[in-house]
Amino acid sequence: MINSRSIIKKIEAAGLVGRGGASYSTAQKWAVVKAALKNKKSGYIILNGAEGEPGVKKDGYIINHYPAEVIAGLYLADQFLGTAKIKKVYIFLNQEYYKKYSAGLKVILERPKYKFLEAKTEFFVKPERLAYISGEESALLNLIEGKKVEPRLKPPFPAESGLYDQPTLINNTETFYNLSLAVKNKYRDTRFYTIDGAVKHSGVYNLAANLTIEAVLRQTNNWPTSLFFVQAGGAASGEVLNSHQLERPVEGAGSIRVYDLSSTVGKKLFQSWIKFYQEQSCGKCTACREGTYRLAELVSSPTYDDGLFWEIVDNLADSSFCALGSSLPEALRSYVNNLKK
Amino acid sequence: MQFKIDDKIVEGREGQTILEVARAQGINIPSLCYHPDLDVKANCRVCLVEIKGRHKLVTACSTLIQPAMEVYTTSPRVSAARRLNLELIIAEHTKKCGDCLILPDCQLLQLAQEYQVKTNRLTERKTLRQTYRFGSAVEVDGSQCIDCQNCVEACARQGINYLKIKGSGSNQEVMPSRDSTAACVYCGQCTLHCPVSAAQEQVAWPEVEKILKDKSKVVIAQFAPSIRVSLGEEFGLPYGENCEGQIITALKKLGFQEVLDVNFGADITTMVEAEELLARLRDKRAAWPMMTSCCPSWVSYVEFYHPELIPNLTTARSPHIHLAGALKTYWAKQQGINAKNIVVVSIMPCTAKKEEARRPELSLNGQPLVDYVLTTRELAYLIKKAKIDFKNLVPSTNQSLFNSGSGAAAIYGASGGVMESALRTAVSLVNKESQNKIFDNRLEFTEVRGLQGFKEAKIQFPGQRLKVGVINGLSNFSLLLPKLKDYHYIEVMACPGGCIGGGGQPLPTTKAICEKRIAGLYKIDKSRIIRRAHENTAMQTYYQWVKDNHLSFQLIYTKFKKSNGSLVKSVVNKKSIFTQLFK
Repeated sequence: MINSRSIIKKIEAAGLVGRGGASYSTAQKWAVVKAALKNKKSGYIILNGAEGEPGVKKDGYIINHYPAEVIAGLYLADQFLGTAKIKKVYIFLNQEYYKKYSAGLKVILERPKYKFLEAKTEFFVKPERLAYISGEESALLNLIEGKKVEPRLKPPFPAESGLYDQPTLINNTETFYNLSLAVKNKYRDTRFYTIDGAVKHSGVYNLAANLTIEAVLRQTNNWPTSLFFVQAGGAASGEVLNSHQLERPVEGAGSIRVYDLSSTVGKKLFQSWIKFYQEQSCGKCTACREGTYRLAELVSSPTYDDGLFWEIVDNLADSSFCALGSSLPEALRSYVNNLKK
Repeated sequence: MQFKIDDKIVEGREGQTILEVARAQGINIPSLCYHPDLDVKANCRVCLVEIKGRHKLVTACSTLIQPAMEVYTTSPRVSAARRLNLELIIAEHTKKCGDCLILPDCQLLQLAQEYQVKTNRLTERKTLRQTYRFGSAVEVDGSQCIDCQNCVEACARQGINYLKIKGSGSNQEVMPSRDSTAACVYCGQCTLHCPVSAAQEQVAWPEVEKILKDKSKVVIAQFAPSIRVSLGEEFGLPYGENCEGQIITALKKLGFQEVLDVNFGADITTMVEAEELLARLRDKRAAWPMMTSCCPSWVSYVEFYHPELIPNLTTARSPHIHLAGALKTYWAKQQGINAKNIVVVSIMPCTAKKEEARRPELSLNGQPLVDYVLTTRELAYLIKKAKIDFKNLVPSTNQSLFNSGSGAAAIYGASGGVMESALRTAVSLVNKESQNKIFDNRLEFTEVRGLQGFKEAKIQFPGQRLKVGVINGLSNFSLLLPKLKDYHYIEVMACPGGCIGGGGQPLPTTKAICEKRIAGLYKIDKSRIIRRAHENTAMQTYYQWVKDNHLSFQLIYTKFKKSNGSLVKSVVNKKSIFTQLFK
């Protein structure tokens, strides 16, 4: 029998934080959902495994290699929150992961121990479009409810009033994996790094969470021999760092993309980042919907207006509705600040 | 709790937003997508403010106040963000200012000036989007849309869900639903909640302006009960102030030869309603409950969504159709004018009336009874365009053969008004018939008044108690539907609050404003000597004339039929003239 107090203590002791990018304390989130459930009829658990951020592939890797741990994590959450109250468990995957890895998860779910869990678990496959924004917790809720995919005003937070206004626990795949380890006292403060770009050994690696970017690249034998720069923490929203700035851990999403300095054309890179954001913008707020549209227009315009370009970038950072809109400036500004100055 | 706005200590209650407190304090924070009756969406990003200690700017409409919070509404950072978001929004909105109804009060234009927005850096990006026209009532012009989503919410709040957002990001667009189980009922609530007039009525003012110059025509204006307490708002008069006198003067100045008050027609509608109620009570096979039919949007709703309830609708025509019929027959004969030369223009708080006027059964000798319908907004626009100083006009009195109706007619503009008027007459008639006993001889039925979406009352009639229900806001009809058979008589007005909240009313229309308009109507009712429709002798004279001449089916009654949906036309927009001039 699992004791919910001991679960939360172990999660706390392991110091687990969200792995979706926001790094929020997992123990705290669980406690909020549990408290909210006291006054509500039912609740939901959602496994967010629909990586929308380019350059991040670890959810698929984890589900592929550790399906038993992932399901064990879901099981723990269900037990902790009170299985009678949890109406449904959603495993939210993108098309690719669903096709490749859902069978593996289903096999685990068929184990007798998980019979009740299997009965209420539903796979939810992310549509091709709006891949990025539907990873945002509240937009994901709208997607499941069949509403327009866009972020909700917070508060209320999903933990208190989420899917169909009921308390909803949303955790990343990696968090569920870590949970199962933490409860067995096997969590060793590691995280999954996705490394790609101009490297010899791209892939997903499970290494210490506090490693510097340089150490990650060296330990995986990926330290480039020619001049390079990286984008860490997502290949869309991540910060661009030059090769002398790598004595720091990866922030946000655990990814490092390496670019070859001499062959990378800045304008092309800008165009690809902006295009990604323009296509992924949900359309809700002016700053992001119009801002990304205008940046895309400007960056390819023969009469490029630098002043206007950066005004729009600053405005995205300052006045967009959600974190998606305000994350594009990070890449653009850091590229200029860290490579061009 | 206390907190600071621009270094000034202000007081607010827990649960209030920064915008609410600021506006109560007279601190100006601009907004476009915010509407007090709708969900806070925080889409437009114009009401941004800065809070000390917070990383990003926040929207005042969505941010709850906190003790000791320090808010800045005019900092350079705030101004820069507002200015840029306005620039982005203005470049979405294809400027068709030349004939735009709301230009005199255009918020975009005013904000562009206030924030010195640079309007020449970005090109209008939506010029080639389509306009969707619904019947002859409402249109949504995608080339002018600023993506606030208010129209979609207004439509959903009506329970219609006909307007949908298709696509996402910069490609998203408001479009009619492709679902064949949804249809536009022309209520115009979308137009009432659009901050930039992208959703608007299909205007008739250009044709009216033209016909006013045609000397071979006798052009007559007739104005609805509710517009007398709302039109003044367009000219800075207090909410709910009765300006029927100025309206008559203004319409005369615009060139209308005669100006009539639809209240007279409302008394006819009441007469027919009351008689029909009594007739149904005598008829064992009658369909129950009887339901009002003077709201054309509600009629469209029944004809599409609940055709099985068509027999329940009263056969009474709506007030402006009655009066137009009287004008083109009785009045024309008296004046010796050929009805063909009479042009009737109704001024209505409503967009659905435009569609109603096109109904083939509401015509005479192949000509529509009502030739054109203008909304309250369109009349305001014409008055402004003609540079008439409405506020200072000398009020005129109704000089027409058809008087300004009873007090019961005045309250037609408020939800519950038709019911109350019909009950006033019905109880009087029934008490006269039964002679001996007075059952429920009330004049005022206050239970059916007010903004509540669903109201009911019980009235003692000879031998039975009548249960009546009053609905305003179409979505509230679903509350009544399961227990429909418990009722004898139902009034439904499609728009929240009734016609005072109609789709053709001035912007903004909010619940708080509606309450003041309603109060204005009941004040008129109280001031009238005659407060029951059947006591209007001029109306009775006409009513008798119709009966004596066997014209009831041409002039008094109407009919309804099942509909398969609303007519949608999509129109491809060309580059606006405005844009062409400036490029």
